[in-house]
Amino acid sequence: MDFFLEVLIGGLLAGVMYSMVAIGFVLIFKASGVFNFAQGSMVLFAALTFVSLLERGFAFWSAFAATLASMLVLAWAIERGVLRHLVNRPPITLFMATLGVSFIIEGLAQLLWGAQVHGLDLGIKDEPLELGGVLLSSFDLFAAGTAAALVLALSLLFSRTRIGLSLRAVADDPLAALAVGVRLQRIWGVVWAVAGFVSLIAGLLWGARLGVQFSLSLVVLKALPVLIIGGFSSIGGAIVGGLIVGASEKLAEVYIGPLIGDGLENWFPYVLALLFLLVRPAGLFGERAIERV
Amino acid sequence: MFLSETGQFSTRYADDRRVFRLRQARLGIVALLAFAYLAVPLWASDYWLSAILIPFLVLSLAGLGLNLLTGYAGQLSLGTAAFMAVGAFAAYNFQLRVEGLPFLASFLLGGLVAAAAGVVFGLPSLRIKGFYLIVSTLAAQFLVEWALTKFGWFSNFNPSGVITAPPLSVLGVDLSSPAGRYLLTLAVVTVLFVVAVRIVRSDLGRSWMAVRDMDTAAAVIGIPVARTKLLAFAIGAFYCGVAGSLWAFAYLGTVEPHGFDLNRSFQVLFIVIIGGLGSILGNFLGAAFIVLLPLLLSNLGGSLLSGVIAPGDTENLQKILFGVLIILFLIREPEGLASLWRGLRARARVWPLRD
Amino acid sequence: MTASRFSPRRLAAAFSLGLALASGAAFAANEQYFPLQSYRVGPYAAGGTGFFGGFIDYMQLINARDGGVNGVKLTWSECETEYVVEKGVECYERLKKGLNGAPAAATNPLSVGIAYATLERSTADKIPLITINHGRTDSTDGSVFPYVFPLQLNPYSEVSAIVNYIGQQAGGLDKLKGKKIVTLYHGSPYGKETIPILDILAKKYGFSVTHIEVPHPGTEQQSQWLNIRRIKPEWVILRGWGVMNPVALKTAAKTGFPADHVIGNIWSNSEDDAAPAGDAAKGFISITTHPAGTDFPVLKDIDKQVVKAGKGNLQDPKRFGNVYYNLGVVNGILNVEAVRIAQAKFGKRPLSGEEVRWGFEHLNIDNKRLQELGAVGLVQNLKLSCADHEGGGAVRFQQWDGTRWKVISDWVQADRALLRPIIEKSAAAYAKEKGITPRNCAKES
Repeated sequence: MDFFLEVLIGGLLAGVMYSMVAIGFVLIFKASGVFNFAQGSMVLFAALTFVSLLERGFAFWSAFAATLASMLVLAWAIERGVLRHLVNRPPITLFMATLGVSFIIEGLAQLLWGAQVHGLDLGIKDEPLELGGVLLSSFDLFAAGTAAALVLALSLLFSRTRIGLSLRAVADDPLAALAVGVRLQRIWGVVWAVAGFVSLIAGLLWGARLGVQFSLSLVVLKALPVLIIGGFSSIGGAIVGGLIVGASEKLAEVYIGPLIGDGLENWFPYVLALLFLLVRPAGLFGERAIERV
Repeated sequence: MFLSETGQFSTRYADDRRVFRLRQARLGIVALLAFAYLAVPLWASDYWLSAILIPFLVLSLAGLGLNLLTGYAGQLSLGTAAFMAVGAFAAYNFQLRVEGLPFLASFLLGGLVAAAAGVVFGLPSLRIKGFYLIVSTLAAQFLVEWALTKFGWFSNFNPSGVITAPPLSVLGVDLSSPAGRYLLTLAVVTVLFVVAVRIVRSDLGRSWMAVRDMDTAAAVIGIPVARTKLLAFAIGAFYCGVAGSLWAFAYLGTVEPHGFDLNRSFQVLFIVIIGGLGSILGNFLGAAFIVLLPLLLSNLGGSLLSGVIAPGDTENLQKILFGVLIILFLIREPEGLASLWRGLRARARVWPLRD
Repeated sequence: MTASRFSPRRLAAAFSLGLALASGAAFAANEQYFPLQSYRVGPYAAGGTGFFGGFIDYMQLINARDGGVNGVKLTWSECETEYVVEKGVECYERLKKGLNGAPAAATNPLSVGIAYATLERSTADKIPLITINHGRTDSTDGSVFPYVFPLQLNPYSEVSAIVNYIGQQAGGLDKLKGKKIVTLYHGSPYGKETIPILDILAKKYGFSVTHIEVPHPGTEQQSQWLNIRRIKPEWVILRGWGVMNPVALKTAAKTGFPADHVIGNIWSNSEDDAAPAGDAAKGFISITTHPAGTDFPVLKDIDKQVVKAGKGNLQDPKRFGNVYYNLGVVNGILNVEAVRIAQAKFGKRPLSGEEVRWGFEHLNIDNKRLQELGAVGLVQNLKLSCADHEGGGAVRFQQWDGTRWKVISDWVQADRALLRPIIEKSAAAYAKEKGITPRNCAKES
């Protein structure tokens, strides 16, 4: 039983890490309908910039600020250089464009900072922590706390500020929002900037887990099923989806793996997401589309 | 002027519905085929045949498979590489386990197995739409890669999970030279493209487009939506499966499951988008773009920039440039290269006048 | 270049320009050419830049210090593969013809996938394919694979040497009885390759072995390590790759498994595998055929003649002498030695791939030669033959002290006699499938 609990809790905490990446997706999809595949590269870019600045003698907070600034510039450039020219295009085109963006970001990151692998130490001890016989990880708990703070901050931003209000208006109906005077492009800029901030946080946490290297951009593959289960347009959904994916893939690996062959963590979340979709075609928290002929 | 229609009258409906209605177009296609079948194998170097032309043809075919599914029937798929893998590994096993089976037959059977896989992973499309459909095909992508690595039977228990090509010969003619493999690929690709042209101009093709444009409306006018979608998955996956066999056996000669990973699916998707969704010709143009552009960049980059900046930097610059070009393309030419071609043809019809 | 007619017309002009520039004026130079299918971008760039940096720097040293090999200058050009198979094939086809009349000596793709895809092409084109420390295990049997050389260490020897080391630590191979070992492997053909060998060894020595897979890329290993925690093995053999390695070490620390009982294999042994895990990696043991360090005389020479002269290939000078770099240097030494040996037979001129192959097959690096090369301790004794394309099969063990590797053992030999029949059986099956008649090695000179 203890072992079951350990696996379950470990999975839930890992799921929170997936959610961190998924939130960035959700923000952008909500505001501009773009399925941003470059989110993974943004995570990589943020972590790599941060760690390189740190290694060049910057203090933690000044490196953080400088990285954040570079993410804002990046967000601005994407909005200006790419999205603005692709208004009203079908979603698949926008998706392809973000693939192009991810090529650019990955090339740029390696051009600027080189290809070597860096360690990143956030100063959080990660020693086994036993609570009532169940093994916990202090780092994962810290990450979960950060994620909770992030979600809280984001929901405050959306519900209590003017920008948040216009953002929700845009998400609800871009044309109507435009008609009442919301400046669509500014909202996009803000959203991409916030997504850049989220990728920085995700990049730091994932970077501390994996080391900062190219593979960081692969975490995007873990975030996709999370999005699908949670729905593309709900931050709460991203968290719940992350928890479901994390817990179920770990339990499946441990308990189903021996039956049909282990190493199934890559596809299991997708099959799970598929099952969810068959029941709820727009994700758990997604909005059901109404079709008219 | 080049494509002037003057004096060419259609006296029968059949004439009017021909694929190549103009005499010039018919001459052009014959000349192109003659060139591809006769001139190229004679004069092209091994490098061009085995490193550029074969992958170009195979990727065009894979692009066609995805284009039938996505461009014509409107079903988004990121599982192209999985279907290619199913085709390749199935063909390998047929070849291995059925004594005396001609390898072209095993290509065909491999394609049919891929089609069956396509139907299985296409089933969710009856309920899920748009971007959410990606998940079904992604599930295919990861599940297939895992299964082919996990179960040694698929690769005849090769310790490295790698399959190798059977001896390539048709009716006793050895085709293992670069020119032979090129001709084999070209022949398969030509036949399948002709079939595809017929399909998209048939009832089925029209139903696909109706479903793509709005499936609810299609259902209302009596098109069997479920069957139409599943057929799209089956036929699209069949094409991808045959492309996978060609990729494994005519191009690389050996392949591991990882060779059909998600990046391959993206690559084919790029081909389709850049070439033009819902266009047959576009697959060739898109594949040419995807195969040739990186080569051009690396050839130019390697020689012009060497010595100026470090080699790693040129590679990164190329990657950036590739991304920029993709985005520029999406911005400037949303319908893909095929529409560029259509524009050129319209100009050629009235040249030297302007339209 | 008639071929450029096949490309779309707009590209044709630019293309022929590119090709013309790439091929340059053709004249027969007194040069030996090494086509480099390198990878400097993408997920594996850290390994590629180190390996090809070391390889190139060693060739630069030979040119600068010795004026080439017996007066034949070494030359090379790079083609980026990004570790992608079809790019590697394209590079192979592009470069195999040589450069400016200098013939290609051997290809060194440092990628299992590319090696597999160019294996038959290499044999047909008669250019040796060097897969140092990796590649197809049964290509060790040179009678079936005349042009393929898994130099130093094939995957079977690797695990056998690790088991022998564990035996040494336990105080003898007979003490292995009843011990529990877990292998944590990368979910790929590479990772799975040694499962049957470990099972054979387990049966022979009476230990139990559990194989646990980590799916690619390996960014999450919580459940695997919880499983290990439940099994409580004495040792964990880590057959990882890329990001999987630091994550394994981090997760081991998180679940309380001691790092000094984790043994990394040949692709888990670089600074890039240990350093990102920070403190969690302290004590981590791994095998190596090419210890890190800058104290070897050959490295000092490179430093003096190449790096100090501002010609070093590494962008980050801190990586000089690290594991990947030194693997590149070792690879350079072995390639150059093969050319040198072949020159002794065929004459001091640029050699064809077929002639260089003879050189590889007669590589004989003994202690005396190592002394002359300034590579004692860096390279193991190596003696190849027609039948044996691996030659060595020994590894040293090193331990991570938090900032760098320290070598903690002498060369530990694999049980190659035990492995040989398995390799021959597999090679024979390949020969049958492909219709190859194996060479008779007794008749080869």
